[in-house]
Amino acid sequence: MRAIIKNDQVIDDQWTLLSAEADLDEALRTEQAIIPFALWQEHKSQLQAVKPLGVWLESNQAVEDLAEDLAYFSVVALNFPVFTDGRHFSSARLLRERYAYTGEIRAIGDVARDQLFFMQRCGFDAYAIRADRCPVDALQSLTDFSVTYQAAYDQSLPLYRRRTA
Amino acid sequence: MYIYDNYDQQIVEDRVRQFRDQTRRYFAGELTEDEYLPLRLQNGLYVQRHAPMLRIAVPYGLLASRQLRKLADITRKYDKGYAHITTRTNVQLNWPALENVPDILEELASVQMHAIQTSGNCIRNTTTDQFAGVARDESIDPRPWCEIIRQWSTFHPEFARLPRKFKIAVNGCASDRAAIEVHDIGLEAVHNDAGELGFRVLVGGGLGRTPIVGSCINEFVPWQHLLGYLESILRVYNRFGRRDNKFKARIKILVKALTPTVFAERVAEEWAHLKDGPITLTEAEVQRVSKHFTDPAYLELSDQDQELAALDAEHPGFARWRSRNVVAHKKPGYAAVTLSLKKTGIAPGDVTEKQLDKIADLADQYSFSEVRNTHEQNMVLADVEQRKLFELWEVLREHGFATPNIGLLSDIICCPGGDFCALANAKSIPVAEAIQERFDNLDYLFDIGDLDLNISGCMNACGHHHIGHIGILGVDKKGEEFYQVSLGGSSGREASLGKILGPSFAQDAMPDVISKLIDVYIEQRTEEEHFIDTYKRIGIDKFKERVYASNN
Repeated sequence: MRAIIKNDQVIDDQWTLLSAEADLDEALRTEQAIIPFALWQEHKSQLQAVKPLGVWLESNQAVEDLAEDLAYFSVVALNFPVFTDGRHFSSARLLRERYAYTGEIRAIGDVARDQLFFMQRCGFDAYAIRADRCPVDALQSLTDFSVTYQAAYDQSLPLYRRRTA
Repeated sequence: MYIYDNYDQQIVEDRVRQFRDQTRRYFAGELTEDEYLPLRLQNGLYVQRHAPMLRIAVPYGLLASRQLRKLADITRKYDKGYAHITTRTNVQLNWPALENVPDILEELASVQMHAIQTSGNCIRNTTTDQFAGVARDESIDPRPWCEIIRQWSTFHPEFARLPRKFKIAVNGCASDRAAIEVHDIGLEAVHNDAGELGFRVLVGGGLGRTPIVGSCINEFVPWQHLLGYLESILRVYNRFGRRDNKFKARIKILVKALTPTVFAERVAEEWAHLKDGPITLTEAEVQRVSKHFTDPAYLELSDQDQELAALDAEHPGFARWRSRNVVAHKKPGYAAVTLSLKKTGIAPGDVTEKQLDKIADLADQYSFSEVRNTHEQNMVLADVEQRKLFELWEVLREHGFATPNIGLLSDIICCPGGDFCALANAKSIPVAEAIQERFDNLDYLFDIGDLDLNISGCMNACGHHHIGHIGILGVDKKGEEFYQVSLGGSSGREASLGKILGPSFAQDAMPDVISKLIDVYIEQRTEEEHFIDTYKRIGIDKFKERVYASNN
């Protein structure tokens, strides 16, 4: 079982991430599966009863298309094909702030320590750190900064509404 | 100028700690070259031809004398005793050792400076008018807004990995010295008919490979909503800007592909969600920031027109300097003085540690301890008493800052080019120097008059060649360096992009090419025309004929 970071701790992952090629059979026979979004779109009616269920989005898939189905998912995983692709920073904020999603938002793909501080600010609460990197080390990045200027998911007010002289 | 409080200071100190650890991990092999790259880039650290280059942020160009002294100190201790002013009003060091950079950042943090987001695919240093707060034609001081944008954009968690770099400029003047039309976002502070403050928003301008003038997507965003509106633009760009091709990744490509109208609609949809939320700016915050930009303790003086005219008559050199390097000030009896960093034989924008210390002293003595960097790569003392201009001129001459060439042909904007930059196709500094040498006769330079000559060593266009009246671009042809010339670019209001003259030239031909272009102008001009006016009237053909005729 793989170790992941969840709620600022390293834990054993209970979920199984299915690849983009996974079919309906595999999705139905895997417990606690995180399924590709395309599979969900194709077989929504058969998958609706599966609980718990997770889904993952490619970096070019828009959260708007998932918004109405969020209640079916305990986990929304957002894939970073390369760590320099920042699209899902916006996706996470939209899931939390616009669609009020309260389940797990997990970063998957090319995820390493130095993105974590920003990710957590955007609403991620779970990180599948790249297999060749140590998740325990990565925890340290969550406290890289002690002060932040902007409002985001972790801090609903910008600094200018919090500053005391 | 803006003074950090504990919050601001904490952020730069946290950054030093973070970067020290990232650098440690890199040297320990825990971070690969590829992983370390964007981390160091977002701290302004490039690995260049000879050594890493460190770009230090100078937010909207403003520097205090104690910061200048620190910079001088750093160049002595960690570099080769000089620094370079960039076209984004930042300061660049060309020779720091990678392992020393965390220590340099720590020293910078001690004077409220940093290198945050001076490079990489993120929101870069916001720039503005070098005469902000003192210009006679200013209606709104842009500096508080620049600072508000600086804070919003510093480590913005959502926009840390944009498709490409992102540059914002703010103007609040009748004239536009901030070149807002060629920025990813250009903001013009304006009052509406009801007298309320807001911003006209231009998007998708830029130079580089695909030069384009920005489009207005909103005529008036009330000041309370500035950050919400910017956040909406950035979110649309972050989500939908192209990431498959580095050369198509700037926001201008997205705006063009969608059309400005559709892009504006997307932004409006996003804004509908953010508007009136916590991101709305408060009166208290604007006041808090604005307090840092109030007038210094000006004396009640009167303009010294007669006295200065008398000095002009006696000292032609002073008159020349005053006509080019000194501009009017909103406060009677004061003037803003540009220190030329374009002396022939010195790389444009370079300044030695001794000069930095000297400028700090002059700032203390003559200009309320403040200095500004300009995007033309000069420096400004913005609040000089007119009655002290003459003595200041004498000191400036002694230290090599009094070349009376601001806005003239030899005030060349020039990137570091192939001598330093790993991206460059060709050298730029030697070309600038050869042209400066050709045109070193002051009488002739004055006769030629206002002329922007800009040189970039590659099409990334750091030397802003597209908006030079004469633009020079270094190109690589089968491993050899050549130079392409364009005419008719201009920044400011009604910005325009230069048109390519024709086939490119070898480096040693460049002074002759420029001479011929100037000859055509001199022959064709009417009395009141500057180079750009003559070009606009007669077009490119006469210039083309002259330059290429003699090549046969």
